[in-house]
Amino acid sequence: MPRDTIVLLGVNHKTTPLAVREKLALTGGYEEPLAALGRLDAIREYYLLSTCNRVEVLFTCRDVREARKQVLDLLFAGSASREEMKNYIYQYEDQEAINHLFLVASSLDSMIVGEAQILGQLKDAFRHASCQKTSGLILNKLLHKSFSVAKRVRTETRIGANAVSISYAAVELARKIFGNLDDKRVLLVGAGEMAELAAEHLVGQGVSEVVVANRTLERAVKLARRFDGRPVALDELVEQLKSVDIIISSTGASDLILRKKDVQSVMRERRNQPLFFIDIAVPRDLDPEINELDNIYLYDIDDLKHVVEMNKSERDKEAVKARRIVEEETLKFSQWLENIELTPTIIELRSMADDICKKELAKTLGKLDHLSAREKKSIEKMAAAITSRMLHYPLQYLKSDNPCGDRRDKVNTVRTLFRLDNGNRDRGRR
Amino acid sequence: MSFLLFQISFAGYFLAMSAYLVFFISQRKPVRRIARMIFFAAAILHTLNILARYLEAGHTPITSQHEAVSFFAWSVAWCYLSFRWRYTVKNFGTFVSVFVFLLMLLSSLASRQIMPLVPALQSWWLPVHASISLVADGFLALACIGSIMYLLQEREIKNKRFGLFYSRLPSLDSLDKLNQHCLSVGFPLLTLGIITGSLWAKQAWGSYWHWDPKETWSLITWFLYAAVVHQRFTVGWRGRRVAVLTIIAFVAVLFTLWGVTFLLKGVHTYAT
Repeated sequence: MPRDTIVLLGVNHKTTPLAVREKLALTGGYEEPLAALGRLDAIREYYLLSTCNRVEVLFTCRDVREARKQVLDLLFAGSASREEMKNYIYQYEDQEAINHLFLVASSLDSMIVGEAQILGQLKDAFRHASCQKTSGLILNKLLHKSFSVAKRVRTETRIGANAVSISYAAVELARKIFGNLDDKRVLLVGAGEMAELAAEHLVGQGVSEVVVANRTLERAVKLARRFDGRPVALDELVEQLKSVDIIISSTGASDLILRKKDVQSVMRERRNQPLFFIDIAVPRDLDPEINELDNIYLYDIDDLKHVVEMNKSERDKEAVKARRIVEEETLKFSQWLENIELTPTIIELRSMADDICKKELAKTLGKLDHLSAREKKSIEKMAAAITSRMLHYPLQYLKSDNPCGDRRDKVNTVRTLFRLDNGNRDRGRR
Repeated sequence: MSFLLFQISFAGYFLAMSAYLVFFISQRKPVRRIARMIFFAAAILHTLNILARYLEAGHTPITSQHEAVSFFAWSVAWCYLSFRWRYTVKNFGTFVSVFVFLLMLLSSLASRQIMPLVPALQSWWLPVHASISLVADGFLALACIGSIMYLLQEREIKNKRFGLFYSRLPSLDSLDKLNQHCLSVGFPLLTLGIITGSLWAKQAWGSYWHWDPKETWSLITWFLYAAVVHQRFTVGWRGRRVAVLTIIAFVAVLFTLWGVTFLLKGVHTYAT
């Protein structure tokens, strides 16, 4: 009586181009597909995860091939042909499936390794599954475990510690210079995707005001409205330096817009409060010599890229540690699974022994009717003691944590020896 | 008795420093908690050591080289702990514990003999003047340590080469604030120390100021710190320049403490 197999089917950003993923993504929420999966007879417990980078379904079943066919037909039939799907879909079973789920949860399988979003998405997907009661004993335990693995990876490695995008790197640097960003002001010179993104992150960190300077005032007004800020003209730049702390520059100007002496002139009035310049423009907007001034820090796009590269390699190192943790937890979980696999055999073995014991006792005691109640009791006790003594080593053999022997083989041996499957040897193996 | 306590607290500081260094490299939080507890325990034992020595000697134990340096270490440790109680600076403890350990090492190398007190020094001014001066030095030491950390961190950010310190040291702003806080406590105490010293001098030798080498050097030190504090509060000097000046001024403090004693003779030479 072996347990169900855990199967994970899915596509992600590594195996499948965006064009296909788009079609597969479950845009209508989880309720409907979960209900549809419930109508399949081949699978028992199941849960679904759909994010912009992956669609994965995890289920337990008896007949893997049949279940795979049913699930794929149901979920992806409308969007791609079977032949096409074969190339993209990955399939993991049991230990591999567990390992993959843990990797996903701890963000080791993400496009940006270490990003924190995936865990929230996973929890959300699991909430839907458990609300609709589609996950049972095994999946509940497995998913809860995946959350705690993710947490362990976060606390024991520094995988999410360093910024790996340019705009985040800029924010991180600002925090190293200013500490608290609450009372700081940002000046955005020119517009551009990266500059706006950096400004957005800074606003997210709580900067008090965003000032926008642009060649055309109209554009400045528009951008300022977006950040709830204040527009200024480009020729007020030096004047503005007196009151702002972080300057993000990304104009299309072909020449420098700020020079060393411009900046130097405002430092006295600023009482030497630090200034942090971020120059994202190519060609550069800011005089590189500005960095030589005291209490002023200038980073251009190459510097930031360099920071990001360094952080990435740091992250890769941490990922190795994280994988080791995942591996360890996978083994632990597999052991738990095998233990629940043992339970039915142990129960059967015990009840079989009890049956024999009862039958034989009835036979013997029927012949010995001159015995007193006390004597009968001690004979019963003796019989029970013999059976439990006899079962002691087989049970110990089943439960022992011997790494060399496969649990399934052990279960099989015990079942064959004691004829738990009524002498049919093959049934034990399936 | 007092020597046993000294040795235990010395060992405690050593363990605390080792734990802090392990934490500094590995960044594992449980290690830091252990380090803090050991450091705190060592500081308490150190306090008991000073009390025991006071009872043994019968006067405030800040008269010999061993006692003065040990008291200096004690004041750095407690200034740090009093400081931590108000707000934390990331990894400050690591640097402080190294400094405290070095002071204890120096103190343990000096002669521990209890010297009978010269009649001129037998006065209530002794504990007042000496302890105020050394507590002032404690805060100035913290300012100097903070400045060293500032320079390490500033160098990595300015040169855009992030090594050992970038992720481990706090933000430049909090290090600069640390410097400001320590100076604004340490400088008034230093002033008070010099004033009490000169009052004591009047009582013991009849005049307020002798131009004794120790006095001269503490005046030089005072002027250096006055310059830093003045520039900070009027012109808004901060960051690198202040950090460098703070370190220079602290070198003058150390010279006042030891250099004067060994190189130039005067009424302050403790044990001769």
